[in-house]
Amino acid sequence: MAEAASMIEIVKPGLSTTVQDLGRPGYYHLGIPLSGAMDRKSLIAANLLVGNKEGAAGLEAVFLGPEIRFHADATVAVTGAEMPPKVDGVERPGWTALAVRAGQVLSFGFLKAGARAYIAVSGGIDVPVVLGSRATYALGALGGHEGRALKAGDRLAFGPAGPPVGEGRSLHTDLRRKAEPVLRMLPGLYDHRVTEEAAERFLAETWKVAPEADRIGYRFRGGHALDFVPREPPFGAGSDPSNIVDSCYPYGSIQVPGGTEPIVLHRDAVSGGGYFMIGTVIAADMDLIGQLQPHQPVHFARTDMAGALAARAENAGRLARIRDALA
Amino acid sequence: MRYTFGGDEHLFVEVDEAMSLEAFFRSLSITNAVRDSRIRGVTEICPANASFQIKFDPDVIAPGDLLKELKSLEGAGAGGAELKTRIIEMPVFYDDPWTRETLMRFRERHQDPEATDLEYTARINGYPDVTSLIAAHSGSPWFVSMVGFVAGLPFLTQMVERDKQIQAPKYLRPRTDTPKLTVGHGGCFGAIYSVRGAGGYQMFGITPMPIYDPTQTISYLREFMILFRPGDIVKFRPVGRDAYDAAVEEVEAGRFTPLIREVDFSLSAFQADPTGTNAALLEELHG
Repeated sequence: MAEAASMIEIVKPGLSTTVQDLGRPGYYHLGIPLSGAMDRKSLIAANLLVGNKEGAAGLEAVFLGPEIRFHADATVAVTGAEMPPKVDGVERPGWTALAVRAGQVLSFGFLKAGARAYIAVSGGIDVPVVLGSRATYALGALGGHEGRALKAGDRLAFGPAGPPVGEGRSLHTDLRRKAEPVLRMLPGLYDHRVTEEAAERFLAETWKVAPEADRIGYRFRGGHALDFVPREPPFGAGSDPSNIVDSCYPYGSIQVPGGTEPIVLHRDAVSGGGYFMIGTVIAADMDLIGQLQPHQPVHFARTDMAGALAARAENAGRLARIRDALA
Repeated sequence: MRYTFGGDEHLFVEVDEAMSLEAFFRSLSITNAVRDSRIRGVTEICPANASFQIKFDPDVIAPGDLLKELKSLEGAGAGGAELKTRIIEMPVFYDDPWTRETLMRFRERHQDPEATDLEYTARINGYPDVTSLIAAHSGSPWFVSMVGFVAGLPFLTQMVERDKQIQAPKYLRPRTDTPKLTVGHGGCFGAIYSVRGAGGYQMFGITPMPIYDPTQTISYLREFMILFRPGDIVKFRPVGRDAYDAAVEEVEAGRFTPLIREVDFSLSAFQADPTGTNAALLEELHG
């Protein structure tokens, strides 16, 4: 009997490669986070390049690309980080629809910029839909391929492809990922816990991405410890000045345990806990975080709700231009 | 009530800075009212211990309009709290070898490296020994006042007067490992770790009863992979090694049936007579 579905086979998994789509909303109140691509615009662009629906499942590869053998013909696009794709060892352009034939191997050169590459395959990666999504939530062993990052020998089904797209179709450079070293944040939540001087210095300082930066959250270091406003700890909060009565954590919220190293929660966020938060990175800048490398310097910049909504509209406009270009 | 926006997609509402069952019930009542009012653009409704969070799409509802809607529902939390809920019994093997091995591995991160987590917590709460702490921990029921951190993890509030609630600081630095199904304690909250992973709570024991099953093969988690909902009541029952092993075997064989009873709970009745209310709850559990 012929193989039932078109398959890819993971020859080498890279550092951590997971199946991701645009996520699993609706279960955050039970501790199951959104998950999905950390850089959503790049996954959407990759999908549109190969003729998929923009929310189809693809692969997210961090820092080091995987090696993938195709067992059927497919159209493939690689977007996001600058990590040059190779087909049978020959370098091919990123942000471009590539034809890969059965038996060929997709691999990657070294990372040049960014952190996460997105690999779309025509028809999308077909893993079971769990709670409405194919995204991997590894901490909860949920979704994706067996709830985990891919391993050598894993076989994943893909397809069937939609209408064929022109090979070589490419997204204009202006519409590709933009690297911005500034993360705009809306102050609030528990920012009254720190002194005004500490809050100002937090914004003035250069922070560097710490090695502990993953899909749950990005940790930053290099700035001064925050000074807290003295208080009598509220019942149940705990005695550390950075403790609060365990609350929900917004996506993008910036917690600072012990006042020392800020952590920005991302797509696989822990949904709540007992650390105060100084504010929240606006939704428009979340994709940027997913492309930050360890040791990269960044600044946090204060904005207000009007600024956040203007950035949101600009982000939506950018996405609309990507859709138009690949329609 | 303190309202604050978490970026452009979350409205965060602190009911009270301090933990209390009153604050939890207000949070639960208001979030239920938000759910019932079906406000356009609201995408996630997350009740927490003494606060809650609404995730919304600002392209559908302006942040200012959502704030107005929420403020109009404030009253929903003011009335007497009556709840149709469940009481669930959880066997616990206190001072088990697995959490003990783990706490020994992370002793340098603890306030008192010379004692176990149980010994330390007993001492700082004025209990003469670990046995009396376990008796207090398992003697009265607990409210699930929040579900989260990771998938299906319940935060538990002890249903006793404030001065009788067990309190303990978190580890000085969080552990990188906690056995799955550890029963822990931090601040005034109990917790059951639904998955293996990092954690900072004091570790008291382990339950054989899974509370999260993404494969949905465990009999009582087939319909939904998460056992707990905010408002559930939990009663711990101490068991020894043999009963623990037997329960694990039953879970694996698909024969384990948790003891769960439907109950009515009234906050005002509880406030008037906590001991009597708890005794009645336990009677319904075992009656």
